[in-house]
This record gives sequence, structure tokens and C-alpha cells, in this order.
Amino acid sequence: MLLYLINKEIKLELRNKYALGGIFLYVIATVYTSYLSFKNIIHPATWNALFWIIMLFASINAISKSFVQDSNGRQLYYYTILKPQTVILSKMIYNAILMVFMSLLCFAFYSVFINYLVQNLPMFLLSLLLGSIGFSTILTMVSAIAAKTNGNFSMMAILSFPMLIPFLITLIKVSKLAVDGIDNSVCYPYLLVLILINIVVVGLSYILFPYLWQD
Amino acid sequence: MANLKWWKIAAIVLVLYTIIAGFLMPVPTLPILHESIRNLYFHVTMWFAMIIILAVSVVHGVKFLNKGQRYNDIVSSEAAKVGILLGILGTTTGSLWANNTWGAWWVNDPKLNGAAISLLFYFAYLILRSALPDEDKRARVSAIYNIFAFTMMLVFIGVLPRMTDSLHPGNGGNPGFGGYDLDGNMKMIFYPAIIGWSLLAVWILSLRVGFKVLVEKIQNN
Repeated sequence: MLLYLINKEIKLELRNKYALGGIFLYVIATVYTSYLSFKNIIHPATWNALFWIIMLFASINAISKSFVQDSNGRQLYYYTILKPQTVILSKMIYNAILMVFMSLLCFAFYSVFINYLVQNLPMFLLSLLLGSIGFSTILTMVSAIAAKTNGNFSMMAILSFPMLIPFLITLIKVSKLAVDGIDNSVCYPYLLVLILINIVVVGLSYILFPYLWQD
Repeated sequence: MANLKWWKIAAIVLVLYTIIAGFLMPVPTLPILHESIRNLYFHVTMWFAMIIILAVSVVHGVKFLNKGQRYNDIVSSEAAKVGILLGILGTTTGSLWANNTWGAWWVNDPKLNGAAISLLFYFAYLILRSALPDEDKRARVSAIYNIFAFTMMLVFIGVLPRMTDSLHPGNGGNPGFGGYDLDGNMKMIFYPAIIGWSLLAVWILSLRVGFKVLVEKIQNN
């Protein structure tokens, strides 16, 4: 059932090309704007921070629609045949896949246009992976909550920022270590924190989403 | 005084004791901190009281999700508001202290970030509430956000400050409030102060809840 739903999300997304294209274009346009304003960043801390800020806003943009795009009729249909946990998990997994692709694309464009400063690439990619998954789990749950307020974008930002900021701080720290080419062993505690936050978010959403769904 | 409940009398006595003894009793002389260590009785206790009141808020949020009683929602939202008040007081006392000790009102420090994030969570909670016009929906959605926010907040303030060095007392080798330099005299005021401020917070909460319940009663008639 879970796989079927994820499959449906992907099909739906591929059918509405404008949504997927919009997200990717948003990333490319932001990176290009940064390129035009910064030209070339040689300072690793700035390079790293700008990258994650682009990622932050791109992911809020990408995920904010996850619960709005399902029509009321379709939600009622899901409600009658599916367990709510399946719905939230499928959305999270789908958004995670989307975000991983988006972050890789963003990283590629960012490296080409702005600069490539990463010295420990495997660790940076790992932080990119954990970061995308974390963004998508946090934002999926928050978008479910924000959708109840007739889903405006500012509500999504207000509700998610307190959760995203500490996550982002940890993420920036670990990817900064990767950029500077610091040994992996220094990064492990931060990776552990990122994984911990991910587990907590998924667990909480799994427990809380059924209550959110009973309309 | 006669018709006050025992715990309200205890709150008055303990808070008065905290203020009087907190300013007059001797404290250990430590470098950097000096007399400002007395802020322990006011700043640190605010955070204790805040966590207790926010825990009350979450417990009533969970109760609401299980039983759907209107009363639980009132307690939950009012407790969040009292928690915000305590959080603002905690930040203000901390900021005043920081300006005298560190020479800056605010520094980039994990503990301070944790405080700012906790406040952001609950401001977002209030905005979420105001964005939902339907009473039942508001209660349910905000209870969900409340549980989500409180758990995440505990993770953030429990884990993140341990990841890095901090200027804040009790971290990174700075003379702290806990452990070796908290002598007997200070404990005699610190522990009663926690209980006193927490009871006072509960008192404020009970007044606000009583008021809200009365307002609803009048509106329903």
C-alpha cells in the first residue's frame, strides 16, 4: 500500500510537470541570482551558509504544497480506505526522494556557478542526504498542520522555522567540517544528532497524524 | 489569608523568602560572576517554572486529543501563554545579567539559541491558534503542534547545548551554577525558589483558566 501510494505521488508529480519543473527552476534561478550577486565565493563558511539557505527556502517551497494539492474528494477517498499512518509515511518518503534529487541538482549547479570548495565529498554528500531527509520529514508534518489553516505559505514558514533552525545549525556545522576536509570522526556526533532528530520527527508524526486527519 | 489554599500561601511565602534572602544572604565570591550569581534565584528558576508550565500545557493537549474536553484546551492554551511570560522573564533576566557579565545583551550561544527557539515555538503556537477560526479544529490542530513543538524543544535544549562549548555558566569550563560552586547557603534559597516561582506560575495559570471558563459560560448563556 505504501509503495503504491509513493508510486501514485510520483506519477501525479510527473503528470503536473509545472510543479516539479517549478521547484527545479526555483533552485536554478536562486543559484544563478546568487552567482550574479556574489560572482565567486572563496570563503568556505559563506559558501556553505549560502548553500544551505538556498536549500532551506527551496525545500519550504517544494514541500508546502504536499497536502494542499490533494482535493477534498480525494482526501475523503483516502480516509475511507487507508490508514493515516500510511498516508503520512508515503508523503514523507516521496518528499524525501524529491528533496534528495533537488539537493543534488542544487549542489551541482552551485558547484558549477559559484564555486566548488568541498574537500571531503563523501561526508558532504552524507550531510546533504541527511539534511534533505530531515527537511522533508519536518516540513511534511508541518505542511499537514499548515494545510488545516487553508495552507498559506507564511504559516508554513512560521510553524517550521523553530524546528528547522536548530536542525539547520547542526547541518551547517557538519557540512562546514566536510567542506574543510576535517576527519570523519569529528563529524559523527553531529550526524548522530541529525539522525536522532529525524527519528523523533518521524515517530511523532506517526503518532500525531491520525489525530490531525479526523475531519 | 484565611480562605487562600495552602499552596497559594506557600507560593507567597517562598517567593518573598526568595526575594529577601536572595538579595541579603551571603554568596560565594567567584571570578567573573561575583554578586551577579544571585541571578540564579531569578533567572534559572524562571526556566524551571517555564518547563513545568509548558509540560502542563502538553499534558492537557494530550488529554484533549484523547477525550475532547473543552476544558483541557483552555488549560493547554493558557499554560502556553504563562509559559511565554516566564520565557520572556527568563530571557530578560538573562540578558540583563549577560550585559553586566559578558558585556553584551545577546551572544551567539547554544543555550541562548535554545531559549530563542523555545519562545519562537510558542509564538508560532499562538499564531496557529489565531489562524483557526473553528473552535474544535483549533483545539485539535494546536494540541498536535503543541506536542510536536514541546518534544522537539526538549530534544534541542537537551542535546544541542552539549554539542559545543558555551559561554554560559555550567558549560565549557565556566564557573557554573551547579555542582562544585553551589554551596549550602545557595541551595537553601535555590530549591525553595524553584518551588516558589513554579507555584506562582500555577497560580497565575489557575486564575487565567478560571477567567476563561467564566467568559465561556457567559457567552454560552
